[in-house]
Amino acid sequence: MIYQSSIWPLMAVLVSLCGAIPILASSRKPNLRESWTLLIAAAKVIIVASLLPTVLNGGGFVFTIAEVIPNVPIQLRVDAMGMFFALVASILWFFTSVYSIGYMRALDEHDQTRYFASFAVAISATIGVAFSANLLTLYLFYEVLSLSTYPLVTHHQDAEAKTSGRKYLTYILGTSIGFALPAMLLTYQLAGTLDFTQGGILAGSGASPATLGLILVLFLFGFAKAGLMPFHGWLPAAMVAPTPVSSFLHGVAVVKVGVFSILRVIFHIFGPDLLLDVHLGAVITTLASITILVASLIALTQDNLKRRLAYSTIGQLSYMILGAGMLSAAGMTGGLLHIAMHAFGKITLFFCAGAIFVASGKKYISQMDGLGKRMPITYLAFFFGSLSIIGMPPFGGFISKWSLATGAVESGQLILLLVLLVSSMLNALYFFPIVYRGFFLPAAEGELEGVKEAPLFCLIPLSITAFCSLGLFFWPTIFLQLAKMAVSP
Amino acid sequence: MEDFIALVIAKYNYWLYVILMMIGFYAMIGKKNLIKKLIGMNIFQTAIILMFVSVGVKKGGAIPILDKHEVLVNGIEAARIVNPLPHVLMLTAIVVSVSITGVALAIILRIYRKYGTLEEDEIMEKLDQ
Amino acid sequence: MTTSNLHMYVMAAPLICALFVNLLGRRSRRYIAPLTLGALLFSSVTACSVLTNALQNGRLSYTVGNWTPPYGIELIIDPLSALMLLLISVVALLATCAALPSVQREQAGKEHLFFTLYLILIAGLMGLVMTGDAFNLYVLLEITSITTYGLIAMGKGRAVLSSFNYIIMGSIGACFYLLGVGYIYILTGTLNMADIATRLPLVQGDAAVATAFAFLIVGLFIKMAFFPLHGWLPHAYGDAPMGASVMIAPLMTKVTVYLMIRVMFSIFSPQYEFLLHPGIQNLVIWAASIGIVCASLQALAQRDIKRMLTYIIIAEVGYMVGGIWLANDQGMTGAILHIVNDALMTLCLFLAAATIFYRIGSLHFDDLKGLYQRMPLTMAAFTVGAFSMIGVPPTAGFFSKWYLILGGIEAGHWEYVAALIFSSLINAVLFFRLIEIAYFGDVDHAHGHAPTLQPAAPAPWYMQGSLLVTAAALIIVGLGSGQLVQGVIKLALPTGF
Repeated sequence: MIYQSSIWPLMAVLVSLCGAIPILASSRKPNLRESWTLLIAAAKVIIVASLLPTVLNGGGFVFTIAEVIPNVPIQLRVDAMGMFFALVASILWFFTSVYSIGYMRALDEHDQTRYFASFAVAISATIGVAFSANLLTLYLFYEVLSLSTYPLVTHHQDAEAKTSGRKYLTYILGTSIGFALPAMLLTYQLAGTLDFTQGGILAGSGASPATLGLILVLFLFGFAKAGLMPFHGWLPAAMVAPTPVSSFLHGVAVVKVGVFSILRVIFHIFGPDLLLDVHLGAVITTLASITILVASLIALTQDNLKRRLAYSTIGQLSYMILGAGMLSAAGMTGGLLHIAMHAFGKITLFFCAGAIFVASGKKYISQMDGLGKRMPITYLAFFFGSLSIIGMPPFGGFISKWSLATGAVESGQLILLLVLLVSSMLNALYFFPIVYRGFFLPAAEGELEGVKEAPLFCLIPLSITAFCSLGLFFWPTIFLQLAKMAVSP
Repeated sequence: MEDFIALVIAKYNYWLYVILMMIGFYAMIGKKNLIKKLIGMNIFQTAIILMFVSVGVKKGGAIPILDKHEVLVNGIEAARIVNPLPHVLMLTAIVVSVSITGVALAIILRIYRKYGTLEEDEIMEKLDQ
Repeated sequence: MTTSNLHMYVMAAPLICALFVNLLGRRSRRYIAPLTLGALLFSSVTACSVLTNALQNGRLSYTVGNWTPPYGIELIIDPLSALMLLLISVVALLATCAALPSVQREQAGKEHLFFTLYLILIAGLMGLVMTGDAFNLYVLLEITSITTYGLIAMGKGRAVLSSFNYIIMGSIGACFYLLGVGYIYILTGTLNMADIATRLPLVQGDAAVATAFAFLIVGLFIKMAFFPLHGWLPHAYGDAPMGASVMIAPLMTKVTVYLMIRVMFSIFSPQYEFLLHPGIQNLVIWAASIGIVCASLQALAQRDIKRMLTYIIIAEVGYMVGGIWLANDQGMTGAILHIVNDALMTLCLFLAAATIFYRIGSLHFDDLKGLYQRMPLTMAAFTVGAFSMIGVPPTAGFFSKWYLILGGIEAGHWEYVAALIFSSLINAVLFFRLIEIAYFGDVDHAHGHAPTLQPAAPAPWYMQGSLLVTAAALIIVGLGSGQLVQGVIKLALPTGF
């Protein structure tokens, strides 16, 4: 594949990073500040989208920022896989920005300037991860993302936020320094490079299977943003953040950055062939399967809506890792595709949870009886989103799950098919009661007086993402094509 | 054993410096009184100075002051002249050691004014209160 | 070898200005700031041109008083010492911006005395990195030490006592070094480093050479506070007046590490240390690793920013010494890069501490609540410094750590690798504990609204300016570390690497 040198990948990263400055500067004028936020979000989508046609035609872009270590520059590169993730992230960021404005204003939150500025830095880091050309650059943006989300997670600045913030950093920073950094150094020591290369860079290094296994496990746990058990505890804790943060960062950007990093390592550092040779796929699928099942079971027990969604996310993230671990073309495509499908579904669910909180102040599922009748649009969107996550046709989630199931059959690991089936059933079990309670159970006396739909700024984005989940079933072409190109160019 | 004694006697000057040095070292580390520590430091430095000086010694050596004309006529017979370099070095070392002693004395004075004692353990007691 | 005397002026400027600061500063303190800053600015600019000169021409030498080496004293500039010279000038210049206001507040009436010592200390440090003579090195070492003793003793509280302890420990270190020089002189009859290096391999008597080496290295270990000889440092640096520690802390230990490089590779040779005595090599690396872990843990027990930073300095000494003794290209590159980076990040943190101290008069953790709201710029710079200490890319600290760990892996010294990663994790805890306190303010207060604190006298603009410049430098040096390594440090590596 030929990469043409271009400054646009850098612009895609910088537009929101530099955008933080006018946001900070206009802290006194909320309307101006929010205009900046929307303008930057739109600019980002346009820049990313403008790179799309070339990538679809088999091209790509590259930009070197600085030569820092021999053979390892800080470099941005747009390939199919990066494009796939950047597209998902930038589109959803736009919706989140709109939603954030509605949510934050409706609740009259404090320090909104800091909030929007941190958010802008976080999305920059996310696009940076997507467009990273090597592991070092990826690690750099990964860390920037961890640090820039800290003020978002601890936004409320109360005791609970403090504890959660501490937990968040301990898990995320502890694993990235303690596991991912040594794994990266070992890789560099073995391969002499960290460049993402089709087919992997460790293949010819002559390392023993034990060493490779160690590096793989260090990477899997090192990118703890992917929420692989037992390093998943930060995600439920991070739910103290305002809902737009949870929806975008902990439904899309942060967690998928973790998954994306692991996928990059599997695809482009190890390479599927090497993993097949040394039989390390089983390590990945076992860890992922355990996480899927356990997380789904825990989700059943959660009464706090956002926490239930968090555990659901942990389970869904491992689908993607599971798909990659199958090491078959269909499985890997499915894993990658699930990033997009789950993102649209889960962000809808989180938006709904936020809308419910804004409209009624309710956080717990047991208090939400009868709410569906008062907020029909929100609940319908929630229903759409959950169907997509469960993997029902005609929703986007079906396509990725179908691909995953095909992958399991293709690689002859029928046990994984069973995991997928059981887990889908569990998904249904923890989502349907919420919808059922909302529509069919009577509300407690006088509880829901005067509750009506959330403001339009909240309602419109969540409706759009809900319909996107539906639409992705019928028109998955762009994402499907990008995913296929990423797996087998 | 005999060899060892012979060795000690042959190089007795070095052994003396080692003993001096150890005395100084002990005082610096072991003594509680700050003035005694300082004296220990001086002993330690003096021992090193003596060692350097004795390196430059030559039996029957002349002082290294040369007559220009004589040198031009007869040349220099290096073996008969004491090496001046160690002495010069030690002049500098003495200056250094005196300056350190000066600074240390000034600081000791301030410690005494502040705490009213120069015993380390008593100062520590006062600090803990 | 080219002859040049440009580097002589770099050192002469602060030395001569020290005199004028004393004489004119006595009359009025108005003269102090322009003189000090002017001298250091001159040094920085000149050091810059010395570095470019050294990179083009290699080794440059200036013979003091025109006595030809090996008899006279030589001031030598090679890429490594030119780099150190520039580092010292720039760090001193930036530190002075913070030292001026804080000395004015803490030592009113004694500023001219303070800055006399301060400038002589800087001149001494510059001399140390340039000298090519083993005995001259001792003299300069003592010049820097004596001025440091004086500066520390100007602090409040138990500073005098800490200073006296430092005198005792520092003198033991210096005497050990002098003894080592004595042995070398007896063995080779010369004091010029290059001359010693050529004669030493011909010398008979392994035990005597080994004793000389041991005395030299242990003397320097004491001076640089290498574990387990570090006991004096936390008190000495912690009790020093803010204006002094902001310059001493970033430079002193780093320069001493540089001196160790000089002794190991300019006087002795890599073959000597690493082939003849592999046991010693293992011992030193183990000591470095244990030192890193212990110092990090001790830092964890502190409740005062300055105290905490002093323990971090000890851990960082372990980083550099360990990296040098790994005896491979990566470790050596990492150690030299870390000398630069660590000087900058320690400077950044100490500048931030000085600014905070200037503003709120305390550095205790309990007094830092809500600091992000009161001093956003200062805390932003502090955060960058903290990230660099933790080793978050793209700040400078990450890249030197990268080389050091890589060197550890290559040499198979896993204990060192583990210690580095452990210390990064501890640093993360250390700094995020602080950031948390400063960010959250009073948690018991109403939801999300930190208490509005009384605004105090803000720090002068140049104090904050130098802090921000340092913080920016951390990122710029980080991004430019590729060029720095390829363009300067590869040239500065001692022969044999």
